[in-house]
Amino acid sequence: MPRLRLEPRAQTSRLATYLSPVLAVVLTLIGAAVLFAILGRDPIRAYQAFFIDPISTFYGAGELGVKSAPLILCAIGLAIGFRANVWNIGAEGQFVLGGICGSYVALFYEPTLGPATLPVMFIAGALGGLAWAAIPALLKTQFNANEILTSLMLTYVAQLLLNYLVRGPWRNPQGYNFPQSKIFDGYAVIEPWISGTRIGLGTFLALIAAAGGWFLLSRSFLGYQIKVIGLTPAAAAYAGFSAKRVTWFCLLLSGGLAGIAGINEVAGPIGQLLPVISPGYGFTAIIVAFLGRLHPVGIVLAGLLIALSYLGGEAAQISLDLPVAVVGVFQGMLLFFLLACELLVRYRVQIGQAIAESAA
Amino acid sequence: MSIKRRDFIIGAGGAVAATSVLGMPYIARAADKLKAAWILVGPSGDMGYSYQHDLGRLAVQKELGDRVETHKVESVPEGADCERVLTQLANQGYGLIFTTSFGYMDQTIKVAKNFPKVKFEHATGYKRSANVATYNIRFYEGRTVQGTLAGHLSKSGIVGYVGSIPIPEVIMGIDAFTLAFRKIRPDGKVKVIYVNGWFDPGKEADAAKALIDQGADIICQHTDSPAPVQTAEARGAWAFGQSSDMAKFGPTHCVTSNVDNWAPYYVERTKMVLDGSWKSTDTWGGLAAGMLSMPTFNSHVPAAAAADGMKAYNDVKSGARHPFDGPVVDKSGATKVAAGANMPDGQIAGLNWYVQGVEGDLRS
Repeated sequence: MPRLRLEPRAQTSRLATYLSPVLAVVLTLIGAAVLFAILGRDPIRAYQAFFIDPISTFYGAGELGVKSAPLILCAIGLAIGFRANVWNIGAEGQFVLGGICGSYVALFYEPTLGPATLPVMFIAGALGGLAWAAIPALLKTQFNANEILTSLMLTYVAQLLLNYLVRGPWRNPQGYNFPQSKIFDGYAVIEPWISGTRIGLGTFLALIAAAGGWFLLSRSFLGYQIKVIGLTPAAAAYAGFSAKRVTWFCLLLSGGLAGIAGINEVAGPIGQLLPVISPGYGFTAIIVAFLGRLHPVGIVLAGLLIALSYLGGEAAQISLDLPVAVVGVFQGMLLFFLLACELLVRYRVQIGQAIAESAA
Repeated sequence: MSIKRRDFIIGAGGAVAATSVLGMPYIARAADKLKAAWILVGPSGDMGYSYQHDLGRLAVQKELGDRVETHKVESVPEGADCERVLTQLANQGYGLIFTTSFGYMDQTIKVAKNFPKVKFEHATGYKRSANVATYNIRFYEGRTVQGTLAGHLSKSGIVGYVGSIPIPEVIMGIDAFTLAFRKIRPDGKVKVIYVNGWFDPGKEADAAKALIDQGADIICQHTDSPAPVQTAEARGAWAFGQSSDMAKFGPTHCVTSNVDNWAPYYVERTKMVLDGSWKSTDTWGGLAAGMLSMPTFNSHVPAAAAADGMKAYNDVKSGARHPFDGPVVDKSGATKVAAGANMPDGQIAGLNWYVQGVEGDLRS
């Protein structure tokens, strides 16, 4: 009887590197079809409701850009860090800090700054996210504290800070004590660029970030250092690359990008500061980064796919009466298959006895 | 060139045909059936707040049968996502949309402006427009009954209150409860823990445990899951269920529940859209209107306590007793409602201070 064996590849397969996420998506779609069938829905009709209906209108297509923008912005920064073995898990907190700092400008300096308000808000947002990420960077480089833990825990601190501000000092005085800031107005609002949609600055910034990320990783010396440090820290040290410098750079960059995503979300689609400004974008961005194989182009595609799964979840509830939990199951399957297919990059599947084994 | 042009024309014709195929069913359906949707903040299976709204939706479907087509969208985050869901629904020809959580307020107003023909109904908010009506339940009326029962049942004189977020709707419940509680137990204390969310069974249970550890022998809740009732049942404290009848989660210790009945309102408003008489209104109904009800008290409740609780229930329902009858004194000792007067609706709707007996402070 033929046996399936896994044999380590001498070199990671380039083809498998690109094919494994595609295979994961295909397997997820098959799994989803089974799921839909079990729930008593026609899989073809369900696919249509899930993946086509939500973007079949002009507005819906624009929403794909709106929903994917924060995911892509956060994921680009995270991926660059992950390439250098810098594990920033706290993009969610940096996102929140970006929203807070940008909102400070919007709420208190809009009349003074006039047309300069929005640019200053974005600078403040970027600095806020960056400063929040600087804490794990400092703790890592000075005390060798694990950045996974520190960045993650700072997320909760950020959320509580936001909670305090919206319930306390920044609460709308005309808002009946409800925990919301006043609605941004005048120059503090990001207007949609295309009428009839909500698409605007955020989507543009996400694409700029992806292009910048690609340039950094593929065309710059810093990007080369990042990759070498990630692959072989010893060789990087021998070459005289500073791991500390790269740690600082990666955390500040990913924090800054998450901060920009945060203020973009608050000044754009939301329009005011609320106790919760992110449905977990900073965490979902980790999935997006890996689904996109830590490559900027892949991340754009992955961001669009994950965003589509959210839109599809809403559409499937409306037209098929499917429960919202199906979206979670779908995303879980995607992550599962993605990790499983990762195996094919490093191992090859062989049938039968190993030659080396029988020779020995 | 000519080939290209012909291709283009065929392509264009095909596109027109495709649009009409896609577009037709909506138009055809819109003419004979009203499509109505409910946006829920939690899962419809939370067994509490969102569950009750969904029961209301099912009642509409049952009552109006093939004249309506109803759908729900559950666990929609408050904020940016709500706007998209509303816009997608309006684009798909929905004629009536209920947004059932406070945090959907500004998005509802915003989207309603873009779709003047669609009727919107927003629960628990205060902003209205030509096509946005608001509705809410006087949940606080049930708190008077709960406070009265708690006054008789509590031995320690300490009540643990699991709060969601400190907005007026929640604070008015805490205040109404405490006023009634201290009419029986003048030395009584109410301790509040906010879980900063509406549906989080883990946090709700933890809050209930912490409150019981601090001496509370009564657990009250203004959150959506049955977790506090389950915790109280396990620890032998009395509990009051929220939104739905939670007796099955606390067979021996769930005293009664504040049950939301949205169904009659939903049926009435949907009928109004169907016959063209819908107008933007503000509805705030309680026990008398049947929007709030309280199931029979637990058989383990002593007869004297039950009798007094029943009296409070009947008096509030008939209007003989107002939950905020003067004198109402705040924590600083300032008289907010004079003896002999009742707090007006406007003041109740914006309540942002605690009465005496509630521990802790609110930022104002």
